[in-house]
Amino acid sequence: MSEAMWRQQNTEGKISIYFHIPFCVRKCLYCDFLSAPAGKEMQEAYLNALLTETRERAGECRKYTVDTVFIGGGTPSVVEAEWIEKLLRMVREYYKLSPEAEISIEVNPGTVDSDKLLCYRRAGINRLSIGLQSADDEELKGLGRIHTLAQFQDTYRWAVEAGFHNINIDVMSALPGQSLASFQRTLQLVLQLRPLPQHISAYSLIVEEGTFFAEAEKAGRLLLPDEDCERSMYWEAARILEAAGFEHYEISNYARPGFACRHNCGYWQRHDYLGLGIGAASMVDNKRFSNKTDLQEYINSPTGCRGEIQSLTLKGQMEEFMFLGLRMIEGVSEELFEQTFGSSLRQVYGEVIERNIKDGLLYFYSRELRNGGQEVRLALTRRGIDISNYVMAQFLLD
Amino acid sequence: MSSIDQSKIRNFCIVAHIDHGKSTLADRIIEKTGLLTSREMQAQVLDNMDLERERGITIKAQSVRTVYHAKDGEEYIFNLIDTPGHVDFNYEVSRSLAACDGAILVVDAAQGIEAQTLANVYLALDHNLDVFPVINKIDLPSAEPQRVIEEIEDVIGIEAQDAPLISAKNGIGIEEVLEQIVKKIPAPGGSPDAPLKALIFDSLYDSYKGVIIFCRIMEGTVRKGTTIQMMATGAKQEVVEVGYFGAGQFIPCEELSAGMVGYITASIKNVKDTAVGDTVTDADNPCAEPLPGYKKVQSMVYCGMYPADGAKYPDLRDALEKLQLNDASLNYEPETSVALGFGFRCGFLGLLHLEIIQERLEREYNLDLVTTAPGVIYKVHKTNGEVIELTNPSNLPDPSEIEFMEEPIVSAEIMVTSEFIGSIMELCQERRGRYLGMEYIEGTRALLKYELPLNEIIYDFFDALKSRSRGYASFDYDIKGYEQSSLVKLDILINREEVDALSFIVHADSAYERGRKMCEKLKDEIPRHLFEIPIQAAVGGKIIARETVKAMRKDVLAKCYGGDITRKKKLLEKQKEGKKRMRQIGNVEIPQKAFMSVLKLDDRK
Repeated sequence: MSEAMWRQQNTEGKISIYFHIPFCVRKCLYCDFLSAPAGKEMQEAYLNALLTETRERAGECRKYTVDTVFIGGGTPSVVEAEWIEKLLRMVREYYKLSPEAEISIEVNPGTVDSDKLLCYRRAGINRLSIGLQSADDEELKGLGRIHTLAQFQDTYRWAVEAGFHNINIDVMSALPGQSLASFQRTLQLVLQLRPLPQHISAYSLIVEEGTFFAEAEKAGRLLLPDEDCERSMYWEAARILEAAGFEHYEISNYARPGFACRHNCGYWQRHDYLGLGIGAASMVDNKRFSNKTDLQEYINSPTGCRGEIQSLTLKGQMEEFMFLGLRMIEGVSEELFEQTFGSSLRQVYGEVIERNIKDGLLYFYSRELRNGGQEVRLALTRRGIDISNYVMAQFLLD
Repeated sequence: MSSIDQSKIRNFCIVAHIDHGKSTLADRIIEKTGLLTSREMQAQVLDNMDLERERGITIKAQSVRTVYHAKDGEEYIFNLIDTPGHVDFNYEVSRSLAACDGAILVVDAAQGIEAQTLANVYLALDHNLDVFPVINKIDLPSAEPQRVIEEIEDVIGIEAQDAPLISAKNGIGIEEVLEQIVKKIPAPGGSPDAPLKALIFDSLYDSYKGVIIFCRIMEGTVRKGTTIQMMATGAKQEVVEVGYFGAGQFIPCEELSAGMVGYITASIKNVKDTAVGDTVTDADNPCAEPLPGYKKVQSMVYCGMYPADGAKYPDLRDALEKLQLNDASLNYEPETSVALGFGFRCGFLGLLHLEIIQERLEREYNLDLVTTAPGVIYKVHKTNGEVIELTNPSNLPDPSEIEFMEEPIVSAEIMVTSEFIGSIMELCQERRGRYLGMEYIEGTRALLKYELPLNEIIYDFFDALKSRSRGYASFDYDIKGYEQSSLVKLDILINREEVDALSFIVHADSAYERGRKMCEKLKDEIPRHLFEIPIQAAVGGKIIARETVKAMRKDVLAKCYGGDITRKKKLLEKQKEGKKRMRQIGNVEIPQKAFMSVLKLDDRK
């Protein structure tokens, strides 16, 4: 069996579920996600609606096995743990949840304690993603985070004690006032954790429209590291983490062998996923759609908030295959492209690929398959990663 | 309506400085004379092009006929001819004035006389029009009608004590204006039985009727079936219809006779045949000689116009052809640019005219244009005695073949309050102005007289003038002639390749400054590429300024939230779309607006 065939069979009939919890203690200054603080009543009204949507949508997923579940936000850990239990119980009751499913939740230090983490564990959550962002308390304050480094360290210890063996730590680079040295300290601190975490996400800060940071930047009050510094932070993360045994598997993600986040890889490899809750995006059967973002509307009508359904054309699927797949450091498989679309990668994108190879932004390589065969893959070079939007935009077809 | 008593006709126009309320007064006159009910009144009836209304400028001459029941019990026919209000259209203004017997001078009760007031009133007096003043905006808190009345008498020397004090906006004092039109504007003369002699003051192309000639009958009579001839262009046609101007519509009538203002259609296919200022006569019974004052309109400002999408070249050609049907002062011829491909070198009356044509092409014809820096016509005297009229900098001969060059000069009048005299003189100095003199108009205001090179005022002189006088200075100019000047061609090299569409002619003394600013501007406009791009300015092969666009360093999306792929795709699409609107020069992609950036070189930061 070829790698492509194997992968196809391995993903066929599988779906991921994403739950959106749009609540947090306080909005971080850089955050443009759909999230805000809310009172208990509002939270409960929303979570009840979310339970309803989960139950009602089950019919759409009858033919699928749920392979991963991701509870994200916002800060999902601000809501009472019993709600998380209820959500997962609902999934078990109404969906085919695979016994090997990866079930993740995002938590922030300062919103969880030992009990809550034990409760998550009992509910079946087997992967924890902890938002540290920085190990420098000043930088944390500057980001508007609600926790300190010490609180993070407590959280991490409790998580390990609760029995989590798959933990991700989020860190950020290119923060206002951050130096290469302080970013290195954050990475080193993460690497000094015992046991070592299984996964690290290292994001470069992007100042998004509509955030406090965007305003500050316009007013000239945001002192961001320049591009050269930002890029050296990025590659420094790759160097340090790879040396510590982490594999750089996606533009911003690192994992120890076997611990790449299956849920996130699904997005890049175009697996089906169902998003539940306000603003949550889905792709099922080459159709993309999202729930609308109005909280009250959603509470009134949990299944009546879906926006327009966009059916992806073959062309649209090819484009996505490329610009999503290239986010993976291993790149895209030539063979899988051909098997999926019936035309060869070089036939469709020959010119773009050739140009970008010439410019030193893409490269082909071959690697051994588990069955002893070979496969040819196309991936971004280091320089290609630096300017990946420039490369990816060229894969949009006219 | 066939026999109209000549003594009951009043042909007049309104002259004013921009914003002093000319169009508003015109509206009130039309409203009060009752041909239109208030409900039908669209604000500012006369300016019927969208563009005109948006910019508050009259571009084409418009005309309307209304009936007024005067206090003496008689019915009078008013022909109000609205004149273009911008210096670019001076010639059209003069022809519109020639169609009138009198003029209303509108002066703002707060601002008093401005440069354009003077220019326009002198133009009216030159045409022997009887002018009476009206003081507008008396409801403004800052209004000083008495001061303005004295100013009119002192500066212009016309009687102003009984000038109506009005607010056109609020409809105050309009009756008095109407009465004075009857009393102070003379009835037209001319004999209906003499050979036909009619002045063309504008024309319009209509796809059903052909050219519609706007004219004032000076002598004789014209009716359906008359074979008319244009005396300057020689065009001959049989009249299909005559009529007069309702508000916004053409109303046919039996005949037009001496003293009347109206229109003629005669299945004429091209406005070029009906030049403004030409005389219409009866081909079978021609008048002895044409009316004085006809001249062929000359383009003053030139620029290259290219379709953003090269495939739209035929569309641009068609659009220009259509616009020209209505605008005899627009001319164009095909040209080719290495950087921009196929396009046209277009000639305009002035920068406003250029902007109007550009906007119309973009709006009405849905074309995306790249416009090169506007320039004037230079006269290049070659060593072999030949003289070239240069409209495109790329065609400048080799310096070794040039004996000397000449550039057009204007005489300008700038009216300004005394506190800004210094800064305005400084501005004129920077623009190579030659100071001619200054006259004080009452204690606080002065009229500055300068000679300025036309190429120094076509870009942004007016804006600079306004910003350095907090909006108080006003400005008017006339073309004076050509003068020898030390001019050089400034070339721009992008990634060491000369970009022909960015070259322009500049005075040798400002070459360095302009070159430097140009490089700075382009550095901001040109996106970063995979490689470093030098931007250089050169005169005669010598580099005089340089900037560098650094190589692209980072363009990566760190996080893609919760599978929101649509958002990411939109971002990439935007990026790709941006690339489409670029021009490839060598291996550098230049956004189209970079070609226009020369226009904004003189922004004071």
